[in-house]
Amino acid sequence: MDANLSRRAWNLLAKLALWLSAAATCALLLVVIGYIFLRGAPGLSWELLTTQESILRGTMGILPSILNTLYVVLVSLALVLPLGVGAAVYLTEYAKNRRLAWAVEFAAETLSGIPSILYALVGVILFCNALGLQKTLLAGSLTLVIMTLPTVIRTTQESLRTVPRSYREGALGLGAGKWRAIRTVVLPSSVDGIVTGCILTVGRVVGESAVLMYTAGLSTAMQDFSTIQGILRASGSTLTVALYVYAKERADFAIAFTIATLLLLLTGLIHLAAYLAGRLLRRR
Amino acid sequence: MAEQAILSARDLDFFYGAAQALRHITLDIPAGRVTALIGPSGCGKSTFLRTINRMNDLVPGTRMAGSLTFQGQEIYAPGLDVTALRRRVGMVFQKPNPFPMSIYDNVAYGPRTHGERRRARLDELVETSLRAAAIWEEVRDRLKKSALGLSGGQQQRLCIARALAVEPEVLLMDEATSALDPISTARIEDLIGSLKERYTIVMVTHNMQQALRVSDRTAFFLSGELVEFSPTERLFSMPRDQRTEDYITGRFG
Ligand SMILES: Nc1ncnc2c1ncn2[C@@H]1O[C@H](COP(=O)(O)OP(=O)(O)OP(=O)(O)O)[C@@H](O)[C@H]1O
Ligand SMILES: [Mg+2]
Repeated sequence: MDANLSRRAWNLLAKLALWLSAAATCALLLVVIGYIFLRGAPGLSWELLTTQESILRGTMGILPSILNTLYVVLVSLALVLPLGVGAAVYLTEYAKNRRLAWAVEFAAETLSGIPSILYALVGVILFCNALGLQKTLLAGSLTLVIMTLPTVIRTTQESLRTVPRSYREGALGLGAGKWRAIRTVVLPSSVDGIVTGCILTVGRVVGESAVLMYTAGLSTAMQDFSTIQGILRASGSTLTVALYVYAKERADFAIAFTIATLLLLLTGLIHLAAYLAGRLLRRR
Repeated sequence: MAEQAILSARDLDFFYGAAQALRHITLDIPAGRVTALIGPSGCGKSTFLRTINRMNDLVPGTRMAGSLTFQGQEIYAPGLDVTALRRRVGMVFQKPNPFPMSIYDNVAYGPRTHGERRRARLDELVETSLRAAAIWEEVRDRLKKSALGLSGGQQQRLCIARALAVEPEVLLMDEATSALDPISTARIEDLIGSLKERYTIVMVTHNMQQALRVSDRTAFFLSGELVEFSPTERLFSMPRDQRTEDYITGRFG
């Protein structure tokens, strides 16, 4: 009787503790998100999103940073996707030297965990200086390729490994060559993992600041994307870096919070897209 | 009538690393017949079957010795075109393994792999293969639907159709009915009976009744050795080897 009572008391206590921590987490999240929205949302306007800052007219616009962000996302994704998927396919499907493959995988695993400021260092030395790209969006994108490559390789490998062995055997048994089996059966059945990995990579690129601050520049002025020269030389801040620039160097917190709101919305969208893509592709 | 051997093994040895899975296998598989391979688990039935289309190449560290020929050609000859071999020697696996694509694309996969692009020809191949595998009536209205929506028995018949679509000469079946219910099993057994007019079938089975029902010849394997290879009825009614008799009367294994 007594034992029963104390067990029930403990149960109640445990439940209460769990409920409290859940409530605290939710409250914390809501406060952070709510605070950013409250301070940032009023500043969101069509004009802000579609113009650049004009000191003459005294207006504010973040179109350059939006375009820069788009640039970095597109360029780094266009490079990291074929590289990462190619490397993963090679490592899981072709590499004869298992020890070497294991070493590469281990290295990728380790690299995907190191802080991004180290990649910034590598980017500065390798792309900005050694290759003479200087602080450009291109150098930043290339650095982000190095940074996200391990993750893309790993997520691709993971989804390749979940492809049932019977699919490969079925294709090979029909006389398909190895590459055909991979291209027509193995890769399509791991596409959900690859796409999800890519979208999360976009999320990381959008959210990255340290790397780009050191490799891509801080300018918030409009870059010239109309010529090849301009595209190669463009140098400026993405949204996250712009947030830093406005908040830290100009103490303009209103615009910083507005950018933060935008980033929050963007990240939410990206995660939603990853979730939906994963679900949609898996169902097929 | 003298039966012509389409597959011949002579002193065939097979190794997984250091472990020997087949020992001095010598047998002739007749063309246009159903040959059953029986024996206790781990005796090497699948290994033997998978040497015939070189599926064992997928396992690293394997080695063979001796001779194995398909229509006089050495299957393990260096430089042999394995994809061409697998086109002529099809395989149906224990677990139905349709690809995650439409029923039509599953059946068309093999022909497309071998370069068939003409739509009309593909349509025709898909239909004749599905008919031959006795599943046409069930799927004719849903060819564009995913093959994964079929029942297990239907999936296995689809896999048979997929194998037939490349117009092989030999069909290897590794316990192709062991994952299926009795009705599906019966349908596939009927199917095997009707296919043997045009194909040579080599099947592994754990079910001795099944071997008796559908096969013309039966090979009894034990610990990697071929103990006895006889016309099926004779093997089951008057086995020559004591070990065969012990096995078919259920005294071991
Ligand atoms: N991939 C492999 N690597 C190492 N050894 C293997 C492999 N496949 C099979 N073997 C071994 O080879 C021997 C024969 O196996 P096999 O699969 O041919 O037997 P089986 O007669 O098909 O058995 P079952 O009836 O259980 O399917 C077994 O001892 C098995 O452990
Ligand atoms: Mg087996």
